[in-house]
Amino acid sequence: MTNIEAHGLRKTYGSTVALDGIDLQIAEGRIVGLIGPNGAGKTTALNAIVGLTSYEGQLRVLGRDPWTERDALIGDIGFITDVAVLPRWIRIGQVLDFVAGIHRRFDRAKAEAFLSKTTIRLTSKVKELSKGMVTQLHLAIVMAIDARVLVLDEPTLGLDLLFRKQFYDALLSDFLDRPRTIVIATHHVEEVEHVLTDLLFIDRGRIVFSRSMEEVESRYQQVLVHPDKLGSARALNPIAERKGVGHSVLMFEGADRKQLATLGETRTPSVADLFVALIGDRTEGAAL
Amino acid sequence: MNSLYWSVRRELWENRSIYLAPVIGVAIVLAGFSLSLFTLPRRVRAAALNPTELHQIVQVPFVAAAIILMGIELVVAIFYCLDALYGERRDRSILFWKSMPISDLTTVISKASIPILLIPLLTFIATVGTQFVMLLVSSTVLAGNGVSPSILWEQMPLSDIVTINFGHVVAFHGIWYAPLYAWLLFVSAWATRLPFLWATLPPAAVLVIERVAFNTSHFAGLLQLVLVGGSDADAMSGTKHVMTMDMLTVPFGQFLLGPGLWIGLVSSAVLLLGAVRLRHVRGAM
Repeated sequence: MTNIEAHGLRKTYGSTVALDGIDLQIAEGRIVGLIGPNGAGKTTALNAIVGLTSYEGQLRVLGRDPWTERDALIGDIGFITDVAVLPRWIRIGQVLDFVAGIHRRFDRAKAEAFLSKTTIRLTSKVKELSKGMVTQLHLAIVMAIDARVLVLDEPTLGLDLLFRKQFYDALLSDFLDRPRTIVIATHHVEEVEHVLTDLLFIDRGRIVFSRSMEEVESRYQQVLVHPDKLGSARALNPIAERKGVGHSVLMFEGADRKQLATLGETRTPSVADLFVALIGDRTEGAAL
Repeated sequence: MNSLYWSVRRELWENRSIYLAPVIGVAIVLAGFSLSLFTLPRRVRAAALNPTELHQIVQVPFVAAAIILMGIELVVAIFYCLDALYGERRDRSILFWKSMPISDLTTVISKASIPILLIPLLTFIATVGTQFVMLLVSSTVLAGNGVSPSILWEQMPLSDIVTINFGHVVAFHGIWYAPLYAWLLFVSAWATRLPFLWATLPPAAVLVIERVAFNTSHFAGLLQLVLVGGSDADAMSGTKHVMTMDMLTVPFGQFLLGPGLWIGLVSSAVLLLGAVRLRHVRGAM
């Protein structure tokens, strides 16, 4: 079942084109990483999916138009489009009461269990928390909502390493309990790549790469090539090349694995390597 | 219904002035009133033979109490409205509220119900409660000074306290003022900064332009109608210069039967639907 489907999705702000005709299909049971340089259109795309922005073209989330049918849709999706948006005046206990009162998919016990691993107290106000703690609170709430589609835009901004790991572990174990659709946009690709099932690269408002992680593993190979074999390696049309210490790192798409093995040590490229190889040339100076 | 209930609770969590301001107002009124008690027996005795004067002496503190509490009511309601749909966009918390399954319509209805229903009802309860306490306390003081407190209860019957306050606070400041609050909420949903100026300057500009260009004052008349009840209210405030509860009495029948109330309610609905639309279209700032 396709949970998110877009055809020719476009969004412009004045003369700035944020989304330049995006087509995508995301099925139930996928965890999709939306990766792109700053200003590529990630947030605009996610905002369109959760009905926070209007758009041109076609978009269906759980079979509904998120802009015109937002009210009917919103109870089935969970999202964080920005981590710093919890109202500062509210008490932690109040926000839990509120969500428990109105959200039929919210499991308060689960949120409290999540919070018990933090130093957040229910009697505190949001404004008394540090930035990272506000993020922890927001994640605790969203993770306790049994949403069919979960959209996370930089969910771990400002979190320490341990909590980031804990969060992704929790996300994955939840997902294994009950498959749903998760879309994550983040710059911390190395932390999400082990939880993703699919990879989308977005650049200048267009999807420039869309593969499942299995496809990435089977199609893409990185080879550490010794300088004396560099000539024959280059003859196989690598899609990217960079210098390492005492060798060059070449990336190949769809090349014969046995042949590559003769050139040097082979490995599956990381998402970061792939991103730099595919987007780095297009967007000069763009960083992850 | 459930989401409306939680939305209203949410407003009370955020805007504690809705219930704290009347409490503080009551405290101030009662403090001031207790000072006036020292001279009350003497003044009542002196005026015992002049019913008009006696009427005034008894009623002035009650009217003053009502006016102070109404003033607090209006200030709280106006500033609440201006911030209601503006503040959440400015601090970006709208992104959190919008991730919750509450429609823009429910949100706007919950926010409109605060100045139109809740604040007037709380003010009504606070005013009636305060005036009742004032009656009890001054009765005790009069009785203690050998003056029959029955004068008080004749001049200030409880039934009058309830009906006059209900008419003025709940019907007039709540329902009749609905277009005013709806306008403020609309501006609050629309403005990207300075909602107070956006709410007040355009009407002021229309007043001036109309005056200069056409030398007429239809818009001023409209504003007067909205704010003081226009010609209907002449009967209410025009002829009576003395401070008695009569001056707060709203001609209830005229209100309900006249077209003004219904035109006002329809205008309010249009403005509030505009605010719903704006909340849908406009995100965080």
